Amino acid sequence: MLYELTAHALHEKLKNREITAVELVESVYARIDAVEPHVKGYLTLTKDLALEQADRADIGFQQGDEMPPLAGIPIAIKDVICTKGVRTTCASKILETFVPPYDATVMTKLHEQGMVMVGKTNMDEFAMGSSTENSAYQITHNPWDLDAIPGGSSGGSAAVVSADTAICSLGSDTGGSIRQPAALCGVVGMKPTYGRVSRYGLVAFASSLDQIGPFTKDVTDCALLLNAICGSDTMDATSVGVPVPDFTQSLINDVKGLKIGVPKEYFTSALDAEIADRVHTATAVLEGLGATVEEVSLPHTEYAIATYYIIAPAEASANLARYDGVRYGYRNGNPEDLITMYKRTRSEGFGEEVKRRIMLGTFALSAGYQDAYYKKAQKARTLIKSDFDAAFEKVDVIATPTSPTPAFKIGERTADPLQMYLSDVMTTPASHAGLPGISVPCGFVESGLPVGLQLLGAPFAEEKVLRVAYTFEQNTEHHRQKPQIGTDGVVS
Amino acid sequence: MATITTEGVRHVANLARLEFNDEETEHFTEQLTRILDYIGKLNELETDDVPPTSHIHPNQVFIMGSQTGAAHVAKPDVVKSSYPREEVLANAPEAEEGYFGVPRVVDRSH
Repeated sequence: MLYELTAHALHEKLKNREITAVELVESVYARIDAVEPHVKGYLTLTKDLALEQADRADIGFQQGDEMPPLAGIPIAIKDVICTKGVRTTCASKILETFVPPYDATVMTKLHEQGMVMVGKTNMDEFAMGSSTENSAYQITHNPWDLDAIPGGSSGGSAAVVSADTAICSLGSDTGGSIRQPAALCGVVGMKPTYGRVSRYGLVAFASSLDQIGPFTKDVTDCALLLNAICGSDTMDATSVGVPVPDFTQSLINDVKGLKIGVPKEYFTSALDAEIADRVHTATAVLEGLGATVEEVSLPHTEYAIATYYIIAPAEASANLARYDGVRYGYRNGNPEDLITMYKRTRSEGFGEEVKRRIMLGTFALSAGYQDAYYKKAQKARTLIKSDFDAAFEKVDVIATPTSPTPAFKIGERTADPLQMYLSDVMTTPASHAGLPGISVPCGFVESGLPVGLQLLGAPFAEEKVLRVAYTFEQNTEHHRQKPQIGTDGVVS
Repeated sequence: MATITTEGVRHVANLARLEFNDEETEHFTEQLTRILDYIGKLNELETDDVPPTSHIHPNQVFIMGSQTGAAHVAKPDVVKSSYPREEVLANAPEAEEGYFGVPRVVDRSH
């Protein structure tokens, strides 16, 4: 079936005129009709728009034009990225009716490629969460076990690629929101270096950490999408002007001479033993292929979550001040005075986790507490970043588990926010340091759930990360496994 | 590090323009206390001589996509039109005569 294929395989078929982009959209939508009722990865489907965009791509292919490598490829977009004329909710009630008057820079770039948007995907409200259960609209189910969460916050974007209801997708990663769901859904997910991709039009959560990145079925597609979305942008002063290489040049099936560091601090008692085993097996594969694998130390790893849950909520409390019921979104219409209108609008429009983080962040920035919390966390961030700087003096790439556990059951951690926060223990350290990181499938636990290998590089060293990921993928079969979702919703 | 009381939660809620009933206030007090206890872990770190990190590319600043090493980010001051007024107002919960509508801010009697 066409929907099962990768973007690069589909490009060959489109270029050779074996298929049309419209047929491809129809194939993806047939798959959506069959399994989306069970997976619930999408908040909005845009089939008419997709068919229009596919039609445009087909005209180019029919005329024999030189078409970009992603022309006509169906992509799903996390509902935190502004899409002109298409509702963008951030999975929040407060933005239920928001229709952006502009496209995010990444959308403009995807349009330049001639890509086809399938729809907008579910997420934790304002990207705050690790399970996608904080969506105000629906629960997304993991295609490998419909009773399990897909991870978060980009759970919808991970699930739709895993379920073949999109060929690829975009998500956003603040503390692991691309890498963790990619691991839990058995797909490839990458957070580029902070500053690689413009955040213009990405609804802000924590501005010093947020970064957009791709979910794909393999590492080649990941490189193609990075080529499409990276680059500095005058609309985002934090996007960085270092040259963007052709990332497909990093798809080299060879790791000889590369040094891979395995940080001992990631292998604690909190790490699931089966996951530790799969990751060790993965690094042994890379060693067998000629890489040097050595232990490294990142001594401040254990402080990453505490640091994250100060910095991210502090930035969020400022960023989410804009939702006041005046310019867009939900408003409680009754109050006679402005302050009461703000308070009721925000209290009714935001979900519990968002309110918890606004409270935490406002507290951490409030008079008398700023030095003890926010500044302390910024200093801890320096220590975490210095650990990585020292490690990358010795090694090219760092390999770790992406998530300490496989996908957990829906509802299992919702009662205990702190327990949920600890889901991000393997991904937040690299976020603090702004590093590029990829999660690639590296096996399965006994119960059949996928395991992700996280590969991290120094800032702007995406090429090394991709090379190691590609070599691992070319020499293993894990990424070829697909969940068997029956149309009755039973995973067989 | 300090802990947080129900009174503190009410104060912070007001700063954040949120309002909670008594039950919610209790609930948030309990949860925030637990989270702040965990965050107290950061006190184990000696940080007197450690500079804070607010941004990961502090010395890498760029102008118009080219690396200059300059201290500020700037772009050419080009005059261009903004979004059409009606498009911007289309998302507003209340709009009137080309403006956003809000509850009365200034008392008419003064």
